[in-house]
Amino acid sequence: MNLSRPARITLRIAAGLGFAVIYVPLLLVLVNSLNPDRSSGWPPPGLTFHWWADAWHSTGARDALWTSVKAGLGATAIALVLGTLIAFAVQRFRFFGRETLSFLVVLPIALPGIVTGVALNTAFRTVLEPLGVGLGMFTVVVGHATFCIVVVFNNVVARLRRMAGSYEQAAMDLGATSFRAFVDVTFPLVRSALVAGGLLAFALSFDEIVVTTFTAGPGVQTLPIWIFSNMARPQQAPVVNVVAAVLVLLSVIPIYLAQRLSSDTATGSRI
Amino acid sequence: MTKTAPAAGFVRRLAGTLHRRPRLQLSLLLTAPLTWLVLAYLGSLSALFLSAFWTTDSFTSSVVKVWNTDNFTTLFESDVYRQVALRSVGVALAVTALCAVIAFPVAFYTARIAKPRWRPLLVVAILTPLWASYLVKAYAWRLILAEGGLLDWLLGPLGLEGPGYGLTATVLVLTYLWLPYMILPIHAGLEQLPDNLLDASADLGARTGRTFRSVVLPMLLPSIAAGSVFTFSLSLGDYIAVQIVGGKTQLIGNLIYSNITLDLPLAAALGTVPVVIIVGYLLAVRRTGALSSL
Repeated sequence: MNLSRPARITLRIAAGLGFAVIYVPLLLVLVNSLNPDRSSGWPPPGLTFHWWADAWHSTGARDALWTSVKAGLGATAIALVLGTLIAFAVQRFRFFGRETLSFLVVLPIALPGIVTGVALNTAFRTVLEPLGVGLGMFTVVVGHATFCIVVVFNNVVARLRRMAGSYEQAAMDLGATSFRAFVDVTFPLVRSALVAGGLLAFALSFDEIVVTTFTAGPGVQTLPIWIFSNMARPQQAPVVNVVAAVLVLLSVIPIYLAQRLSSDTATGSRI
Repeated sequence: MTKTAPAAGFVRRLAGTLHRRPRLQLSLLLTAPLTWLVLAYLGSLSALFLSAFWTTDSFTSSVVKVWNTDNFTTLFESDVYRQVALRSVGVALAVTALCAVIAFPVAFYTARIAKPRWRPLLVVAILTPLWASYLVKAYAWRLILAEGGLLDWLLGPLGLEGPGYGLTATVLVLTYLWLPYMILPIHAGLEQLPDNLLDASADLGARTGRTFRSVVLPMLLPSIAAGSVFTFSLSLGDYIAVQIVGGKTQLIGNLIYSNITLDLPLAAALGTVPVVIIVGYLLAVRRTGALSSL
């Protein structure tokens, strides 16, 4: 489209404003963690690293971070296994209900978190509690894994779709068993898709608050739950500010990793 | 060697058996995930929606398992619930519209105006905020919208004030949270737009505005629809952002949340509202063919 010069300039300015709106809140979080004042007015009266030292010693935040990492790793491991199994079934076989299955996988993330959360909560309390399994880390991992399956599934299916099955057939013609063909041929080809899917699954789990609220017992506090319950407490505000800033800084890691992976899997949307 | 030989023979026989029986392979692949998704997830989901047809004893607040539709009658006849449901849909639509309006110039710039060499970097710049925590982003806006916060400070010299916490703030924050989900599909759509169509339109005498209306916009509709699936359904189910910046605003998520401990059947009935709306929206969008491009 041959845009006039003024139109181009207008679009440039509009895009610039758009990017500013996207990034100003994140920068504000970073600056605010250095705000010496407890109330978060603008502009801050000075800058200090005092709260960073405080936050380092906050056991509540540290325990919550550790809980989040454990829940994320557990959910990612389960999602990797189940998502890959479904991806292979859907991509390599034709069977009754195949379309329905692809839809069913998306459902846990398409429905509002609160619906998934309440449904799981009720089920856990009626089925697991009589068996002596209360709400806790286990139920959090189960809940998170349920909506993480879809990101692994999407990544692996996309890879399998573009990968010809002839590679495996060639391996088997050369005398490899189907297990051997999987280990030596198929797995190396889907590996980066698995890493990308696992990365997304971990990020989803690490960030989840609604499903966690309903599946965590009173003793289990993930980082989002900790932030949410401390957000409105003026006393805790500086530590919350630092934790928020740390999370903004930490989000650079998955972005870097995603860029290292092949572009087709990593730059897609998170869902 | 003598020890491993029988084992290797077994593996080879097992692989052969599996290879000859694709149905067996398929059932081995699907047993675990189907148990998880159908039994655990669909099972608990249907149990929840069945319980919407039960009632709660108002005296003991225990669930009475007698089949009736009282909860749905309450839902349709109570002004409060109707208002909150309409408000939630209104918020979701407003967020979707705002996202589309803001996303378009950004996507147009990143897909067609910026130098091709910069485009991948710009896509990363759009994706980056998605990796930052949802709560942190909502919290950032709590700071921005606070009394004496950044927005008040910016608008102060103009004699204006920020909106403070409330419905406007909720729409703003949800727009901010879901904006990348709208920019990305529009960017992809604009990138795939063939140049020769635009040239043809210009050759036939259409000015920029006309080309935009008659060529660009119709071809972008599936992308906008794909983005709107995220902005609409994520906004409709949200109840956390409202609690952070919404002041006293109530959305349907808050109502579900506040009823869970006291009256689970009513909460379940309330929960069907966003689910029905979202499934309806998904089916409507599927007709535009947008879902296959996700």
